[in-house]
Amino acid sequence: MNDFYQGEQDSNRFRNRVLVAGLAVLLAFLLLFARFVYLQVIHHDYYTTRAESNRISLVPIMPNRGNIEDRNGVVLARNFSAFTLEITPSRTNGLEQTIDGLAEIVEIQLKDRRRFKRLLEESKNFESIPIRTRLSDEEVARFAANRYRFPGVEVKARLFRQYPEGPLAAHAIGYISRINTKEKEAIEAKGHGANYKGTDHIGKIGLEEHYEFELHGTAGHEQVEIDAGGRAVRVLAQTPPSPGNNLKLTLDVGLQRVAEAAFGGRRGSLAAIDPSNGAVLALVSSPSFDPNLFVDGIRYDDWEELNNHPDKPLLNRAIYSTFPPGSTFKPLMALGALTTGKRTPGQTIADPGYFNFGNHRFMDDKVGGHGAVDMYKSIVVSCNTYYYTLANDMGIDNISRFMGELGLGKRTGIDIPGEATGILPSQEWKQQRFKKKEQQKWYSGETISVGIGQGYNAYSTLHMAHALANVLNYGTVFRPHLVNTITNPNTGEVRKVEAEPARQIALKAEHVDFIKRSMAGVVKAGTGARAFAGAPYESGGKTGTAQVFSLKGGKYVAGQLKERLRDHSWYVAFAPVDNPRIVVAVMVENGGFGAQSAAPIVRQVFDYYLLGKAAGSPAGEDDVSESDHDGPLIEEKERESR
Amino acid sequence: MNLVKRFFRGIYDHLDMPLLLIVLVLMGIGLMTVYSATSSDGFAKLDRQLINMAVSMVVMLLVACTPPQTLMRFAVPLYVLGVVLLLGVALFGIVVNGSRRWLSLGFVRIQPSEIMKIAMPLMLAWYFHKYESVLKLRHFIVAAVMLLVPIAFIVKQPDLGTSLLIGAAGFFVIFFAGLQWKIMFGLAAAGAAALPFAWSMLHEYQRRRVMTLLDPTSDPLGAGYHIIQSTIAIGSGGSFGKGWMQGSQTHLEFIPEKHTDFIFAVFSEEWGLLGNGVLLLLFTMLIARGLMIAAAAPTMFSRLLAAAITLVLFIYAFVNMGMVSGILPVVGVPLPFISYGGTALLTLMLGIGMLMSIHSHRMLVKK
Repeated sequence: MNDFYQGEQDSNRFRNRVLVAGLAVLLAFLLLFARFVYLQVIHHDYYTTRAESNRISLVPIMPNRGNIEDRNGVVLARNFSAFTLEITPSRTNGLEQTIDGLAEIVEIQLKDRRRFKRLLEESKNFESIPIRTRLSDEEVARFAANRYRFPGVEVKARLFRQYPEGPLAAHAIGYISRINTKEKEAIEAKGHGANYKGTDHIGKIGLEEHYEFELHGTAGHEQVEIDAGGRAVRVLAQTPPSPGNNLKLTLDVGLQRVAEAAFGGRRGSLAAIDPSNGAVLALVSSPSFDPNLFVDGIRYDDWEELNNHPDKPLLNRAIYSTFPPGSTFKPLMALGALTTGKRTPGQTIADPGYFNFGNHRFMDDKVGGHGAVDMYKSIVVSCNTYYYTLANDMGIDNISRFMGELGLGKRTGIDIPGEATGILPSQEWKQQRFKKKEQQKWYSGETISVGIGQGYNAYSTLHMAHALANVLNYGTVFRPHLVNTITNPNTGEVRKVEAEPARQIALKAEHVDFIKRSMAGVVKAGTGARAFAGAPYESGGKTGTAQVFSLKGGKYVAGQLKERLRDHSWYVAFAPVDNPRIVVAVMVENGGFGAQSAAPIVRQVFDYYLLGKAAGSPAGEDDVSESDHDGPLIEEKERESR
Repeated sequence: MNLVKRFFRGIYDHLDMPLLLIVLVLMGIGLMTVYSATSSDGFAKLDRQLINMAVSMVVMLLVACTPPQTLMRFAVPLYVLGVVLLLGVALFGIVVNGSRRWLSLGFVRIQPSEIMKIAMPLMLAWYFHKYESVLKLRHFIVAAVMLLVPIAFIVKQPDLGTSLLIGAAGFFVIFFAGLQWKIMFGLAAAGAAALPFAWSMLHEYQRRRVMTLLDPTSDPLGAGYHIIQSTIAIGSGGSFGKGWMQGSQTHLEFIPEKHTDFIFAVFSEEWGLLGNGVLLLLFTMLIARGLMIAAAAPTMFSRLLAAAITLVLFIYAFVNMGMVSGILPVVGVPLPFISYGGTALLTLMLGIGMLMSIHSHRMLVKK
């Protein structure tokens, strides 16, 4: 009985415990269910978003960069598609082994490895970096057969920039190259970050840099489903990219080619402008370089050579190198005298061959002087004494005010970066330029040498061409520009870059015409006569010489001086005289006297532009320029016949 | 002919239909989910799991036909064998992934802690059964020692998940044997007080697991990754799920261990709250049936064994779902009958077989 009771009690206790356990189980499962409700109902949207962002990745699709063509449709920059072999370092099993393994299949040179290493340092680990560019079809096939051996390595079709004309007008066109961190930050600061997410190249100099946002286009994107390893599983949606705008230049490739050839490798620059609208017809900086070298990332050797070459081929001399303009300054001084009323054309001075100022004697080129000199003769014979006295009469303030109006001493506003301001000397300029009090004072003696384009004066060829173009256009100023129109390839919409004049200078037509006649006189009877003998068109010009080396009273004999110490040779010109269609400023560094080296270059440029032929060039070259890159005269004819 | 009929009749008598049905439904869900989780590899895993299920089903039947008295005879030898093998592991064990869990017997590797999952409740149930009429506090103390010695070995390996399961199995036997509440509360209080000490005893990776449980985002690419991805899978499943084979977290490989320990995330993503509710209901029914069997069991041994086995099933299910949904630390516990894997399934089906045996033999024992 007792035993039974005991057993009954035990059994009851056990059942109680089972009940407790059952309740605990229910409670625990309710807790789980509450957790599920919390995750799946209350926070469902949040976790759905998380799952979607896990699953979906936005992959940018790069737009085609816009093309650049010259005024006649000759392509100067375009894209071509090529296969690259790219490595995503984070996904490989050891970078070194991967590259060594790849080298057994496709050719990988030391320079490829070096470039890869450099790009690797610049980029993040999960970005794909090219180890080889421009794979041949055979190499692509060979890699495809072996790709299972190389996790994290892919063949990609990429667009490459190509400059078919190579070094021709390289400084003006510029080039694109791999974007660096600083540039990426600058773009993000400008609010273009999203559009540049997948962009790895950017315009570095020239038009490629200035018109970067026109040329780039709008990136599209693909919604891709990815797995946990980041591999794309399928494409969910696609927004196509919209290609960049095309640039049609004012530049004439034929003219550019003739002008560059005329330099024959000598250092110097040339700017040719259509004075009626500011269109830049040619912009030469000699020597040049091949922009194609930069596109894939320039090789170290190539960079060293370009960067350390004594002729500095990377420098854009036409807009950045400034020199005293020498006598090419004189026609502008003469116009200043007429405009400010300091001289009339008929007023003459007696030139004894020197001008005394204080206790200093300023010498003329011609011993004994030019005799009685009026304004016309002062330009034709390039009489220094006339301009010594003129400068003295005008004073530095009047000179700098007038030259500033013409556009000297400040940036012209041309549509490529890197322009120099040049130096237009004035009292104010001197105060800012020098720190010491005694150096800040302007001495009247300094005005005298400014009058003949020497002294502190320093301008680029673009400055001089621009100023002369402004004069010839009777004071109506157009910003010099290389791009004529920008075309949207989608809509076909065409925008003109410089349709309106920038400003107006108060010049009298009769004064301008007088200067034109005087400069025509230089070509007929003066220092320009030899270079333009027999030309079937009438042109105006002015030679100039900028001193490099002060002889301290010795006689200047070019042949006895080292080449680098010789004078710089200038020539500014325009043609035809009646209705100028082209203005040119040329500077040949250490070229000696202006008429010797600079003027013949202009002769070739004018012959080509006005007559449609490359004067004095070999027949073969002539053929090329005629078939591919005709000057405007021929183009007009062809257009009619088409 | 008659003999064969009698043989099947005999087997049928020992089956418990409610238990069998629930287990079969769970296994069906398991197969379906394993297939979804491994479909990228074809049918290989599914085939293996089918074989695992068939084998464990046979084992279940054999155990179901074995009377509890016979099972009781295995208690002491199995326990002793288990302890000896654990000692062997501690001395000669093979280290895999930083844990010394395996013992090589030359031709085969075994994990002795797995034996303990069965041996422990058997042993303690036998022990309490033996001293049923004279139970004193000291018997509980002896039972506690029998429990803690093998657990100490397993914690040392280290294998937190298994020691937790074995500890729970042993504790449940002691609990159902009637350990007084005040002693349990007293021990719980002492345990809480000893927590800081226990913390210092934990391995670095174990501490990290606890820390990542408290804040999974503290290590989103490391230890927290599992929990973050599995909660995303569950949460994005919503009320009705994304549909079978449609889980993006599953099929894009965001869920780690998706066919084993984290299979619940796969199921939950594809079937949603509705599926989870059904699953919880099935487990509740299974446990309810187990507890009913325990309550109806005639002897101390069979009662304790049935109740402990049932609650171990609960612990498996609760800890697994709790860890995958991010309210419990990540310990290696599979989801019963659903997760892929032969060993765990075999152990579970042994347990189910024991429950059936206890139930089908309840009338025969009473004298």
